[in-house]
Amino acid sequence: MALATRVIPCLDVAAGRVVKGVRFQGLEDAGDPVELAARYAEAGADEITFLDVTATVEARGTLLDTVRRTAEQVFVPLTVGGGVRSVDDVDRLLQSGADKIGVNSAAIARPDLIAEIAGRFGAQVCVLSLDVLHDPRSPSGWSVTTHGGRTSTGIDAIEWTTTAIGLGAGELLLNSIDADGTKAGYDLRLIEAVREVSGVPLIASGGAGGLEHFAPAVAAGADAVLAASVFHRGLLTIGQVKAALADAGVTVRRETGR
Amino acid sequence: MTARPRVTVFDYGSGNVHSAVKALEAAGADVRLTADRAAVMEADGLYVPGVGAFASVMSGLEAERGPELIGRRLAGGRPVLGVCVGLQVLFDRGVEGGVTTEGMGEWPGTVERLDAPVLPHMGWDLVRAPEASRLFAGIRDERFYFVHSYGVREWTMEPHARLAAPMVTWGEHGGPFVAAVENGPLAATQFHPEKSGAAGLRLLTNWLETL
Repeated sequence: MALATRVIPCLDVAAGRVVKGVRFQGLEDAGDPVELAARYAEAGADEITFLDVTATVEARGTLLDTVRRTAEQVFVPLTVGGGVRSVDDVDRLLQSGADKIGVNSAAIARPDLIAEIAGRFGAQVCVLSLDVLHDPRSPSGWSVTTHGGRTSTGIDAIEWTTTAIGLGAGELLLNSIDADGTKAGYDLRLIEAVREVSGVPLIASGGAGGLEHFAPAVAAGADAVLAASVFHRGLLTIGQVKAALADAGVTVRRETGR
Repeated sequence: MTARPRVTVFDYGSGNVHSAVKALEAAGADVRLTADRAAVMEADGLYVPGVGAFASVMSGLEAERGPELIGRRLAGGRPVLGVCVGLQVLFDRGVEGGVTTEGMGEWPGTVERLDAPVLPHMGWDLVRAPEASRLFAGIRDERFYFVHSYGVREWTMEPHARLAAPMVTWGEHGGPFVAAVENGPLAATQFHPEKSGAAGLRLLTNWLETL
């Protein structure tokens, strides 16, 4: 018995809609995150991630409604990240039906937020979202960024990872800003470097472009692989990714009932 | 079983009970989310969720007289299903971060930290269910969603001459741990059936059929 490597589609949502165009089995830009999450779950997604890219505070209520409606019909774990600043934000999302919460900028600004979330809800709720950029000035060669990779912090990525795990981060969502959008594959060296210092589950993100990219990320140490555009644009299906992983000897979940 | 069995999801302040309510509804139950004593006692089935630390789940339950109400239900043969930390608190004690907390003691044993290179044990895993299991009837070789760092690593109950032995389903992460127990009206799972897709809904339906 061994854990299956999770395959996770990530949806950017704002004001109750999926922001980037999504094409699902011939349907162009369905737009409704609830409907899309349900389709991905049906297609075998092991988990769903919503990244809230809402710019305004007012729209947060819409996000809670989206999460609530998703949790009503999608019976796989749901992670929500983006704009989480306080324990109260986390509480509201969990009450609405989220299982795990991603934190990034607010935790970098105030690391104790991680300890507060883990202390109140358990480490398993607190996903540390790492947007990592190659940075020769950093001791490890990588530093963390905020605001979707636009703002450099100068904080060493490996050092920050170790600190955050010590504070109670229960999982890492490791996104390579360098690889993101390139479709040239995950940043394997980054995954290896973070794996080496981490005893918590690691989700690899950024760079997936073809079926051949997933198994190497797992070999480098990822417990889960996340992708967005390859799924949304219909370039790859969850089933194809799982089949490619299985062919490479990686354990995946396949419901035998279908 | 008549019409839709009435299930109360014990609302004592545990996080994310929303999914449990919706999954039980999808599995065919008429669900109430409450800590109201009459609703807890009178439901056909009581669902006890639990996330976070053992100690905080126990104190949350105690604040609503949970251990007493659960004990009274079981004495009357009325079904109870504990999930995740809701399974753990049914054992004698939990040890988290050096702190020992007394559990409900329905089963002997200690909840302790798992010994594995990566924790939490987070994701979809297989279990070994006994052939005669009713919870897992018709669900073989399916994976369930786990998220926990602690578990019961040893089953220490002595066989009893006249009582039927509880049925134990095992999981493994760095070593074996108790993934589910079926013991007359009392059942529990370490994994989250409400987050385990079609297999999880099937398991909940199986439980509802025992009510």
